[in-house]
Order: sequence, then C-alpha cells, then structure tokens
Amino acid sequence: MAGAPPLPQPSGLQAWLLSSEPASRWQARLGRGYLGWRAFTKNPLAVLGLAIVILLVLVAILAPLIAPYSPVAGGDLRTERLLPPSGTFWFGTDDQGRDIFSRVVYGSRITLWVVMLVAVIATPIGVMIGTVAGYHGGWIDTVLMRITDIFLAFPRLILALAFVAALGPGIENAIIAISITSWPPYARIARAETLTIRNSDFIAAVKLQGASTPRIIFGHVIPLCISSVIVRVTLDMAGIILTAAGLGFLGLGAQPPMPEWGAMVATGRNYLIDQWWVAAMPGLAIFVVSLGFNLLGDGLRDVLDPKAAK
Amino acid sequence: MVSAVTSRGGEHASALRSFLKRAAQFVVVLVTTLLGLIAVTFFIGRVVPIDPVIAIVGDRAPPQVYERARAELGLDKPLIEQFAIYVKKAVTGDFGNSVLTTNPVMTDIANVFPATLELATLGTIIGTLIGIPLGVLAAVRRGTLIDQVVRFLGLVGYSIPIFWLGLMGLLFFYAKLGWVAGPGRIDVTYSYLYTPVTGIVLIDTLLQGQMDAFWDAVSHVLLPACLLGYFSLAYISRMTRSFMLNELAQEYVIAARVKGLSEFRVIWRHALRNAAVPLITVIALSYANLLEGSVLTETVFAWPGLGQYITNSLQNADMNAVLGGTIVIGTVFVLLNLVSDLLYRLLDPRTR
Repeated sequence: MAGAPPLPQPSGLQAWLLSSEPASRWQARLGRGYLGWRAFTKNPLAVLGLAIVILLVLVAILAPLIAPYSPVAGGDLRTERLLPPSGTFWFGTDDQGRDIFSRVVYGSRITLWVVMLVAVIATPIGVMIGTVAGYHGGWIDTVLMRITDIFLAFPRLILALAFVAALGPGIENAIIAISITSWPPYARIARAETLTIRNSDFIAAVKLQGASTPRIIFGHVIPLCISSVIVRVTLDMAGIILTAAGLGFLGLGAQPPMPEWGAMVATGRNYLIDQWWVAAMPGLAIFVVSLGFNLLGDGLRDVLDPKAAK
Repeated sequence: MVSAVTSRGGEHASALRSFLKRAAQFVVVLVTTLLGLIAVTFFIGRVVPIDPVIAIVGDRAPPQVYERARAELGLDKPLIEQFAIYVKKAVTGDFGNSVLTTNPVMTDIANVFPATLELATLGTIIGTLIGIPLGVLAAVRRGTLIDQVVRFLGLVGYSIPIFWLGLMGLLFFYAKLGWVAGPGRIDVTYSYLYTPVTGIVLIDTLLQGQMDAFWDAVSHVLLPACLLGYFSLAYISRMTRSFMLNELAQEYVIAARVKGLSEFRVIWRHALRNAAVPLITVIALSYANLLEGSVLTETVFAWPGLGQYITNSLQNADMNAVLGGTIVIGTVFVLLNLVSDLLYRLLDPRTR
C-alpha cells in the first residue's frame, strides 16, 4: 500500500510559475524570471555581488539614519583630528576632525548617483546608435560604426580627463565625461544583436502589417537587445566607479567638502604613513562596491547570456 | 599543366590583392581614427571656458590689443580653417608651447615619455611572464584550487582602484617594511651620477656602470612595476585561461595525446602555441591600458612620466600640454590596437 513517498509536488505559487502552459503573457514572463532567479541563486558569488549592491543602495537611501555624524561639518580640531578607528569613530577621523565612517556612508550616495546617471545617459545613446545602424545597414551603418570605432579606440580615462579639463572639475562634468566615453561598447553589442534579429521572420511579419521603422526598432528590436546590453552595463559599472574615483582622486571629480571616495583617498595621501586609515577606508569602500558589481555582472551574464559564459 | 600554373599564379595574385586590400583598410582606419582623435581634442580645446586670449593679454587689455592677440592666435578665422591649421600642426607634432614650462609641448613629452614607457614595459613583462603560466595552469586544472585562485586574482584586479592599491603598497613595503624605495625614480644622491641618454634610468645607469645608482633605480621601480604587472596579470591570465580552454577542447589535442606525446608537450607546445596568436592581441591591449593607467600610478608614485605631466598641466589649466599629451597617448593606444590586429591576421592563417 505505502509505496515510495510521492515526489514533492511543486506547490501553489511555484507550480503556477513553472507551468508549461501559462495562461497569460505576464505569467510566462514571471515564470521565465523565476527560472532565471533559480539559476542565478545557484552561484554563491553572484548572490554575494547582489547582496553588496543591495547593501550599497540601502546605505545610500538610509544614509542619514546610519551615519552617526555629519559628513561635511568638521569636528573639534584640537581633540578630534586624525583619530585612529575606535568605538566612537569606527573608521577614525580625517584632517578636519570629520568621522570617516559617516563620510563613507554618505559617499555611497555619490557613487550610486554617478553609476545611475552614466547608465541612464550612456545606455540609450549606445542602444539607439547600435540598433539604428544595424537595422538600416548601408551607409548609415558604416558612418555610425566608424564613429563608434573611433570612440572605442580612445583611451577612456585620458579622454574623460581631457573632457573634464575642458568643462571644469565637478561631479556633473565627470558624469558627462564618463558617459561620453562609455557608450561605444553598448552600440557594438546592440548592433550585433540587431543584425541577428533584422532578417528574422517575425520582423518580416510586422513589416507586412505595415509597422513603421521606429515602431519596429522600439517595439521589437530594442526589447530583444536589451538583456545583453544590461549584462554589459552591469559589468561596466565597476569600471565606471573606478573611473569616477580616479577622477576624484586627481581632484577633477566631486569637489570638497563632498564625501566622494576617490577624493577622500587623495586627502588621505598626505597622512598615509602615520594615519593610514584616512586613505585606507574610502579605498576599501570603492573596492568592495566595484567587486560587488563585477560579481553581479558575471552572475547575470551566466543567466541572461549563456552564449558568452565560458 | 598550363592551367595549373596560371591558377597558382592567380592564387598568388589574389593573396597579394587581399593583403593589399587589408593594408589599405588598415591605413584608412588609422587615418580616420587619428583624425577623429584630433577633432575631439580640437573640440575640447574650443569648449574650454577659459578664453585663451584673455589668458595671454589679461582681462584689462584694451580692445585693440585683444583683437590683435586674437588674430595672432588665428582665432578670428573661420572654424573650418582653424581646424585645418590645427590638423596640420598636430600632424607635424606641433602642439604649441606649454604655459607651465614655456617649452614646446612636444619637447616636454619627449622628455617625460621614456619614464612612462619604462614603467609600462616592465609591468607588461611581469604580467606576461606570470600571467600566461597562471592562465595555462588554471585551464588545465579547471575547477581546482589554482583555477579559483586565478579567477579571484582576476576579479580583484578588475575591482581594485589602482591608485589606492599603490598607496597601500607604499604604506606596507616602503613605510612599514622598508623593502623598497619610496616615490620618485631615483634618489637625489644618485641623480647626477649618470647622464641621461635613452631617458630610461635602468638602461642609462647600467650602460655607464653606475651599479649603486642602478640598484637604487631598481628599488624605486620595483613597487610600481609590480603593481602595474598585477593589473596586466589579472587580464592576461583570465584571457589565457579562456583561450586555453578553447584549444584543449580541440581534436588535435586528443590526436596529440593518442599519439602518446607527454602531457607537458601537448599543453605547452601544441595547445599554447595555438592560443598564443590571440594572446598577442591581449598583451598589446594590456600594454596600451597600462600606458593609459599611468596617469593614476604616476601621480601616486611621483613618477615623472607623461601621466604626471598631463595631471600637472590639468591642475594648471595648461590646455596645450593636456591636449598634446592626450593626442600622444591616444595615438600610441590606437597604433597598438591596430598593430595587434594586423599581427593577429599575419600570424593566424585562418583569418586570411
């Protein structure tokens, strides 16, 4: 009577998600998402990366609640200057008597701001140029890709430096400079994806229905390009953070007293030998956050773009 | 018989034609990219909010003086004409004078470039010599501890800010342990013991038999070179691993094993030799990246190279010097990219 225990049947929600006959479009999409999520969580490093990025976002949002002191107001210069890490000042204090932990916490806002803005500015530029070039082909393709190649051949940091030098130092100009130098890879990827989509039957079907070119590009081509572009953008985030921090370190990014991590490392340079924590702590924050983005990007690539995973 | 000969002749001719076509493409790409580079720097020079005329005559100069200075600088001409003049000058290596040093920018760059070259070359050598064996080992022992270590080293290399790692290196190896010398290229004590010939301190001191100065230079260059070497290693080992995995899955590897060749020979002579062709591209790219990264490293180590020259000029709003430096680094970068591409085509018969 009592045979082998029945295989655990996926219950309720899981069964609904994994249904092979989804009843609606969004059920199918959620199911795909769920499968992707399962593949993603199998990779512990990717989950660690996601955790770091979520932590960054939370810290940035809750900065006033987390930071015990003001990030910009100086402390008592006689008693609170360049103190080593302790129970009161977790990461020590800097030359102005400011709590470095509070500054690192608020600095996460600047880092997140830079990353988000660069993604919002550079990704659409790259995707537009890539899809238009790939879809139209011909001389439009040649011209757009030639421009892309020219930008791709430039050294990014040096070009960003020259742009910031021209526009004047400051966080906004640093963001513009980084965006100008980071769109070309996205254009390349979007074009490659478009070329594989362009001649497929469903595009021909949409064309026969009389859809306009912009409608085809926006409604049918871009949605299919977006996942590989997202992976590339995530993988680029670490590079963007490092470039922004490098500009800050050279004094060309965020200006004092803004608690930008790169600029904080530059301050710490003057006190390196005797007060190591001034430079060490913000640098560690840059490292952890860009490591998080790299791990997350690797994990996303494995899930969304199995072809590229090696 | 005759037809065979002509067909072989035809083959030669078509091979030659395809090579000439490649070479023509190469020249076109090089010229357009460099023109693009010059155009971008021209554009940057034009949007600078600092008025170059005011920088020379001062803001209280009478209008006539201002106009004359403007005409002397060629700023009254149409934009297209200005650009043509700019291109002509840039091609001949004339980037104007540096405001900071009053020398022609090109002279300054010629003085500082060897220092950058020295550092980037040493870094690439270190990165290649360690990175390739590490990558090969990681591919052969896939999934084992060594594979994890190489992956980890690569991830850290991609994530760590180079200027911060440099500072931490100075803190430990110079300040705490005293194993290496501090910032700079050579101690002041030794800096007059040799005459600069090549501009590369290590070679100059060695050629002139100044061994003390040579070892001092070595201890100065050690830390920054190892640092750059690490960044190049992170990239090279990762790419080596992926190329080797590709090669090891090929049938000729199985054939070589079946033939009874030793594992050592299969891996290092057969598989690596095939992976070596794309690796040349990777090494050239990593070299180009190190030249670019010099801006940050040289600032940290007070290394008097092109990177420090550019940052110093930046901080003094010396645009001629900044743009000249940008064009020089950009040109080297573009050339390295293209040469590696060309080498790849030359060495890999499959791409012909």
